[in-house]
Amino acid sequence: MLSQLEGSRAVAETVARCRPEVIGAYPISPQTHIVEGLSTLVRTGRLAPCEFINVESEFAAMSVCIGASAAGARTYTATSSQGLLYMSEAVYNASGLGLPIVMTVANRALGAPINIWNDHSDAMSQRDAGWIQLFVESNQEAVDVHVQAFRLAEELSVPVMVCMDGFVLTHAVERVELPEPDEVDAFLPPFAPRQVLDPDAPITIGAMVGPEAFMEVRYLMHAKQRLALEAIPRIAGEFEARFGRPSGGLVRGYRAGDAETIVVALGSVLGTIEDVVDELRADGQRIGALAIRTFRPWPLEHVREALAGARRVIVVEKAFAVGVGGIVGQNVRLALSGLDIEVSNVIAGLGGRPITSASLRRALTSELPPLSFLDLNEGLVARELARDTGAPAENMLRDLAGRA
Amino acid sequence: MFGVRFHGRGGQGVVTSAELLALAAFRDGRHAQAFPLFGSERTGAPVMAFCRVDDREIRTREPISDPDALVVQDPTLLHALDLSAPLVLVNTAGNVQAPGRVIIVPATELAREHLGRPLPGPALLGALVAATGVTSFGALEAAIRERFAGAVADGNVNAARAAHDSVLAHA
Repeated sequence: MLSQLEGSRAVAETVARCRPEVIGAYPISPQTHIVEGLSTLVRTGRLAPCEFINVESEFAAMSVCIGASAAGARTYTATSSQGLLYMSEAVYNASGLGLPIVMTVANRALGAPINIWNDHSDAMSQRDAGWIQLFVESNQEAVDVHVQAFRLAEELSVPVMVCMDGFVLTHAVERVELPEPDEVDAFLPPFAPRQVLDPDAPITIGAMVGPEAFMEVRYLMHAKQRLALEAIPRIAGEFEARFGRPSGGLVRGYRAGDAETIVVALGSVLGTIEDVVDELRADGQRIGALAIRTFRPWPLEHVREALAGARRVIVVEKAFAVGVGGIVGQNVRLALSGLDIEVSNVIAGLGGRPITSASLRRALTSELPPLSFLDLNEGLVARELARDTGAPAENMLRDLAGRA
Repeated sequence: MFGVRFHGRGGQGVVTSAELLALAAFRDGRHAQAFPLFGSERTGAPVMAFCRVDDREIRTREPISDPDALVVQDPTLLHALDLSAPLVLVNTAGNVQAPGRVIIVPATELAREHLGRPLPGPALLGALVAATGVTSFGALEAAIRERFAGAVADGNVNAARAAHDSVLAHA
């Protein structure tokens, strides 16, 4: 049904149609509306049978999900930012145990300083945890990819993180086609767990593994991620065949076929980037974009193939590895090794700073160093570097207020 | 593309106003995108929300920096706002100077009269659609009735209609 809905509500409605049997969740902005919506659906009996467990922390949320999934229940949770960090130990356990939990991460910055707004630092901090990470560009894609995520997770027995931009998508009210419940049922068969904790037939999972097999068990996670490179586009193709719209997959090019310059990005900023690409195309520039829809596993061959014809690649990303530079940028450079392509990394939109078309246009039409920060207030940084006293964030806020 | 920026304070229904306009545009068969720019959600703190309306899919996600219309739900924010827009609607009893067209809407008064509560959003939306035609009044009424029920819906629709008719009468 075509509706005009808040992104969080659209996700809650869609997750409910995927019939999770256990949801363990703790509210944190900007994810809160998703689990609020789901708790209402459970309380009013619209999502049944399902147990919504209102836990005391994110660590407990993921621990509940691990227990429920190991007992054979389809299991879901959602979090953001510090909540994801707080559950991090259990995040690694979920993937190490091979439990097909689906989690929405409503992407938000990490503190300190505390900041509730959008960037990708939270999801990127868990990029090597063994979860599949899917990034969505719009609320329609968020809806569609959640349905695909349960299929993928359960087919491979691997947990899947669906990353959607906090506030920018979770709080945006826009047109969304919700999948019909019977169509979701036809696409997503009931969960057939490959391991089940059962009091009548007790077994142990998650026992200690020594040096004799630890490397092999961990390698298994890598092998599963390699299998996902085949499963993700196949499931996206089946989704398109049933629901009639393309969503998800590994990568997606936009006007990139003959492009000399290709802009690589993840998530909702791609909409703004595509508008800028159209404007620059109208000015005669051969420019296009590449959406990374699957970040883990890293679709190295697909990225290499999509970018191989370009002369210049500009990676715009909303997180960075302090002391190194871009994270997506490093992965892109790996994919392009040996090719004569100039890669520039632009860090943008940290802590919710708007990524404007004007700033993007300026960046995409100038010479860029290997690493730059979009709209960075260099004077503000320089003043603080020259100081040797006081709390840095508060010093910088005072500087800004004094200048206004 | 028609862009509207809403200014007000937490608790005044600023985010709801943007969402109602998007809902109304959707009911008219158009594409619309509403989104807030929150501080940490505190009652009384300045809040901004945006709504874009277009006949094709809206891809951009950036805040609206050059709106076609500005809606100011709380006049105590006026001193801190850049009012340069072709159209500015202000909930106030006083005078407002701006570079473009200004429409004064006694929206709090209308809301008290029709709804019994000082929530200015629907009256300002009624005036906005009257002045711009960005959505039909029927679609706005349907959006309000989708969001609210019973006497609250009636009161909000009546406040919106009063402001709408007043703008048309003075056009």
